[in-house]
Amino acid sequence: MSQRAIVSESRFARGLLIGSALAFLGFFLLLPLVAVFSEALKQGVGTFWDAVKEPDALASIRLTLLIAAISVPLNIVFGLAASWAITKYSFRGKSLFITLIDLPFSVSPVVSGLIFVLLFGAHGWLGPWLNAHDVKIIFAVPGIILATVFITFPFVARELIPLMMEQGKDDEEAAVSLGANGWQTFWHVTLPNIRWGLLYGVLLCNARAMGEFGAVSVVSGHIRGLTNTMPLHVEILYNEYDFVGAFAVASLLAVLALVTLVAKSVLEWRFDYHHGGAGH
Amino acid sequence: MNSPFSKRNRWRQPSVLPGFGLTFGFSLGWLTLIVLIPLATIFLKSAGMGWSDFIKVGFSERAVAAYRLSFGTAAAAGLVNAIFGLLVAWVLARYSFPGKKVVNALVDLPFALPTAVAGIALTALYAPNGWIGQYLDPLGINVAFTRIGIIIALVFIGLPFVVRSVEPVLADLGKDVEEAAATLGATRHQTFTRVIFPAIGPALLTGFALAFARGVGEYGSVIFISGNMPGKTEIAPLLIVTQLEQYAYDGATAIATVMMIASFAILLGINLIQAWSRGRAGA
Repeated sequence: MSQRAIVSESRFARGLLIGSALAFLGFFLLLPLVAVFSEALKQGVGTFWDAVKEPDALASIRLTLLIAAISVPLNIVFGLAASWAITKYSFRGKSLFITLIDLPFSVSPVVSGLIFVLLFGAHGWLGPWLNAHDVKIIFAVPGIILATVFITFPFVARELIPLMMEQGKDDEEAAVSLGANGWQTFWHVTLPNIRWGLLYGVLLCNARAMGEFGAVSVVSGHIRGLTNTMPLHVEILYNEYDFVGAFAVASLLAVLALVTLVAKSVLEWRFDYHHGGAGH
Repeated sequence: MNSPFSKRNRWRQPSVLPGFGLTFGFSLGWLTLIVLIPLATIFLKSAGMGWSDFIKVGFSERAVAAYRLSFGTAAAAGLVNAIFGLLVAWVLARYSFPGKKVVNALVDLPFALPTAVAGIALTALYAPNGWIGQYLDPLGINVAFTRIGIIIALVFIGLPFVVRSVEPVLADLGKDVEEAAATLGATRHQTFTRVIFPAIGPALLTGFALAFARGVGEYGSVIFISGNMPGKTEIAPLLIVTQLEQYAYDGATAIATVMMIASFAILLGINLIQAWSRGRAGA
C-alpha cells in the first residue's frame, strides 16, 4: 500500500473519475456544439454561405450588432458608476443596493420581456400616449434594446464590485491627496487597476446581449428584416424547416460563443484574473 | 460632532474621494428606470386584477400543470447537475490531465452559447432520427418532445452554475485537513463524507439553487426540444408567451407573478437553510 493513497485516490479511481467527468462533458456540452457546425455544413460550404448571405440573415446580423453596440456601453457606464459608488464609500443600504442590481438574474427572460410590453405595449400603461405621439417601442428596435439592457444589467457591475472591493481605495485617496481631481483619479488610477475585470464583464455582457432570446422574442414582434435578431432569425428558419439556414446562422452565434470562451480563458491565464463565484 | 459632514451625511461616512453624488445618483436613477419601475408594473397589474380573477387565470388547470412541469424538471436537472457538477469540479480542482485547460473553458460554454442555438442543437441530437435519438428510438425511449428532453436542456443550461460554485471551495480546502483526518485513522471514504462533503455542502447548495432558478425561467433552450403540448410538455414561460400572443395580458401577468413569488420563496428558503447550517458549523 502506498502512503499517498490515504489522501488521494488510487490511480484506478482517479482514472475512473476523470473518465466519467470527461464523458459527461463530451456528451452534454461538446456534442451539441459539434452538432451545430455539422448540421450547418451538411450540404456543403456553398449552401452555408448562401444561407448566411441571404438578405434577412444579413439584416438580423446587422440588428444584433447594433443592439450590442448600444446596450453594452450603457451597461459599462452603469457598471462603473455603481461599483464606484458601492466600493469607494460606506453608506447605509449598500447590500440592498447590490441585491437590487442582481435582480434581473432571478427573473425569467420571458418575464423580462413581458414587463416592457405591460409598460409600452399597445394595451400597456403608456401605450395610448406613445401611440398618440407616434412613438413605437414594442415590436420595434427600442423595445429590443430595453429588454437587452434589462437582461444584461448586472453583468459589468457584478464583475467590478468584488474586484474594486478587494483593491480598496488607498490608491485613489493617494491620488486625490496629491491634487488629482475625480476624473484624473478615475482615468489614471482606477481604470488601469480594473481594466481586465472590466473587459471580462464586457465579454460576458456582450455574449448575452447578442444571444438573448426569450426577452427579445416577447418584445420584437418577429418582423423579418426589421426586428429579427440573429437568435430570433434562427427560430423562424427552424420553424420553417429550413434547417441548414437555421444552423448556418446558429453556427455564427456558436463562433461568437467560442471566441468569448477563448478570450475569457486568455484573461484568466495571462493576467491571472480570477473569476469570483458563478457568473451567468 | 461639529464637523460640517456629520449632519448632512448621516447615512454615509465622509470620504475625501469626489463623485459620490454623481455615481450614486446616476446608478440609482438608472436602476429605478430600467429595473425597478418595469418590475413593479407586474405586481401593480396583478394587484389591480382582483383576487378572484387572479386565482382564476393564475391557477387554471393548464397553469398549474405548467408550474409543476417547470419546477419539477428544474429540480430534476438541478439534482443531476449537483451530482455531475460536483464530479467535474472535483476532477478540475484535484487532478491534472492533458487538455485540462480546454475542458475548464468548455464548462462555461452554456454561459456563452445563445440558448436558441443550444435548443436546436439538442433537438437535432435527440430527435427520433437524430445522432443520439436514432439509437434510443428502437429501445422505446423518447427524449425529444417529452419531459426527459426538457431535463436534458436544463442540465445543459445549469451545469456551469454548480461547477463554478463548488470548484473554488474545493481548491481552497487545504490538503492538511484531509491529512489530519487520515492520520487519525479515517479511511478515504470517511474523509470524504465527514470532512470534505460538509465543507463543500453550502457551495453545492448554492450551485443547485442557481441552476434551479435559471431552469425554472429558462425558455430558449427548452421550447425546441419540449414539443410544447399544453398540460404535458408546456413549461410556464412558454404559457406566458402563448397568453401574450392571444392578448391575454391578465393571464400572462398572473402566471408571471406566481412564478416570481414561488422562485423568490424557494431562493429565500435555501438562503435560510444555508444561514442555519453556517450557524450550526459555528463559522
